[in-house]
Amino acid sequence: MNALSIRHLSKTYSNGNQALKGISLSVESGDFYALLGPNGAGKTTAIGIVSSLVNKSGGVVEVFGHNTDTELEAAKACIGVVPQEVNLNLWETVGNIVTNQAGYYGLSGKLARQRVEKHLRELRLWDRRNDPARSLSGGMKRRLMIARALVHEPRLLILDEPTAGVDIEIRRSMWEYLQAINKAGTTIILTTHYLEEAESLCRHIAIIDEGRIIEDARMSDVLRKLQREVFVLSLAEELPDAPQLDGFTTRLRGDGELEVEKGPHRDLNDLFAQLSARGIHVSSLRNKANRLEELFMRLVDSKQQVAAG
Amino acid sequence: MNLRLNLVAAKTIVRKEIVRVLRIWVQTIVPPAITMTLYFIIFGNLIGRRIGSMEGFDYMQYIAPGLIMMSVITNSYGNVVSSFFGAKFGRHVEEMLVAPMSYATIIIGHVAGGVLRGLLVGLLVTIIALFFTRLDVAHPFIMISIVLLSSIVFSLAGFINAVFAKKFDDISIVPTFVLTPLTYLGGVFYSISMLPEFWQNVSKANPILYMVNAFRYGILGTSDISIGHAYSILIIFVVVLFSSCMILMQRGVGIRE
Repeated sequence: MNALSIRHLSKTYSNGNQALKGISLSVESGDFYALLGPNGAGKTTAIGIVSSLVNKSGGVVEVFGHNTDTELEAAKACIGVVPQEVNLNLWETVGNIVTNQAGYYGLSGKLARQRVEKHLRELRLWDRRNDPARSLSGGMKRRLMIARALVHEPRLLILDEPTAGVDIEIRRSMWEYLQAINKAGTTIILTTHYLEEAESLCRHIAIIDEGRIIEDARMSDVLRKLQREVFVLSLAEELPDAPQLDGFTTRLRGDGELEVEKGPHRDLNDLFAQLSARGIHVSSLRNKANRLEELFMRLVDSKQQVAAG
Repeated sequence: MNLRLNLVAAKTIVRKEIVRVLRIWVQTIVPPAITMTLYFIIFGNLIGRRIGSMEGFDYMQYIAPGLIMMSVITNSYGNVVSSFFGAKFGRHVEEMLVAPMSYATIIIGHVAGGVLRGLLVGLLVTIIALFFTRLDVAHPFIMISIVLLSSIVFSLAGFINAVFAKKFDDISIVPTFVLTPLTYLGGVFYSISMLPEFWQNVSKANPILYMVNAFRYGILGTSDISIGHAYSILIIFVVVLFSSCMILMQRGVGIRE
């Protein structure tokens, strides 16, 4: 069964802005799904419609088979939402915020208390349960919004840029946490500006631009489409000129770094063999750009060129 | 509709509202108590002694039910409008909108919060009034049912104001330019029988007149208007305002793009 099924979804705001132009997509149950797109592409509008915070202009949304037009409450019960902007009652205590959310989903008494403790402990906020939300750091507020979204243990968790403004250490721990709950069976839809995040976490990706889906495929299939990759090698010794390598394009970057562009039918063993044969020793290697970022830019750019041409 | 879920959700909203009222008690409980004490001292005691009796009661006794009702009305209205608009402004209203409770539950929960604050302040003002005058309750059922219905009416009106409000100024316009004048002209301080016939008829278009007088009838046993009319008006207002709240929520006015 699909966790989320969207067909011909459109949204035109009262100012005439057509945010969604009939998008369709399906998210399989148990998937970890990335919804990417530049600012203003329509990601947050799509999420807003699914979570019933935005009225749609047309189309159909089904959550685990529940049509939001006819079974809105059943659909809502399946969803947990972590919005892009902090929408906590900053005067309320951490514990009360999550307890109230449990109540809004019909959880009360012992079960609510257990769930609140469980999720606050898992997100390392239990010690702050009696503090007002305004006293939390930005990263803690993000974690609190995740705990709030999970307290009713939804089957579908929607995260709209959950790690925006969060430091790298907390971001990594949030990734691990999200991977664990996805492994436990929760379907996750993620929008993010960190494409590295999408590449690390998600198994499926959709790219939305100007209200239209321009890519929707498994992550592995999407990345396979990339025909070239650029690596930056740190060399043990600086070279006077960039070496000529068969099947690779090279360029010196200064500071003992060599940029190497790899074609579609070459592999890294070949590269290292050629470098070793020339007595060039590599001390470290990194991708110049995140692969997904490169594909993303390429898709969005090509679409803009088509529109301009 | 899942009845149990909605009951738990409504209880949660009410508890949240009570916590809010008690957390900011300096803003919610103390000011009406001070204001009403001043009314009793200035209008009831100092000026009232010169006025003498009204409708067979001393002036302090006569104005006490109106002042209690005035505090219930303004606090019921003020609680819902500030709480729901605050939730909209801080965007934590989304916590409720994404949850599977019905819109009726959201409205009822907030209205119950408004009623509880209205009644709490009304009780406090009644206790203050008892320091200044004696109040024997002539018709307890009428007194309780009228104060309850009036509180519901103004909580619902506060909810509608909050739905339409876009900035903090918008939540003070109605209380300042509509509620306060209608309350002062609603027979809190005088009997409309003292007015010329034309102004008596104009006063009868003011719904607060019916609430104040019916409540006064519940306590003192005297009224300028028919109690049946007061009940009819209050019930019509409850039905119309609740229906309006439901339509606004279903359409997402002021809360959904």
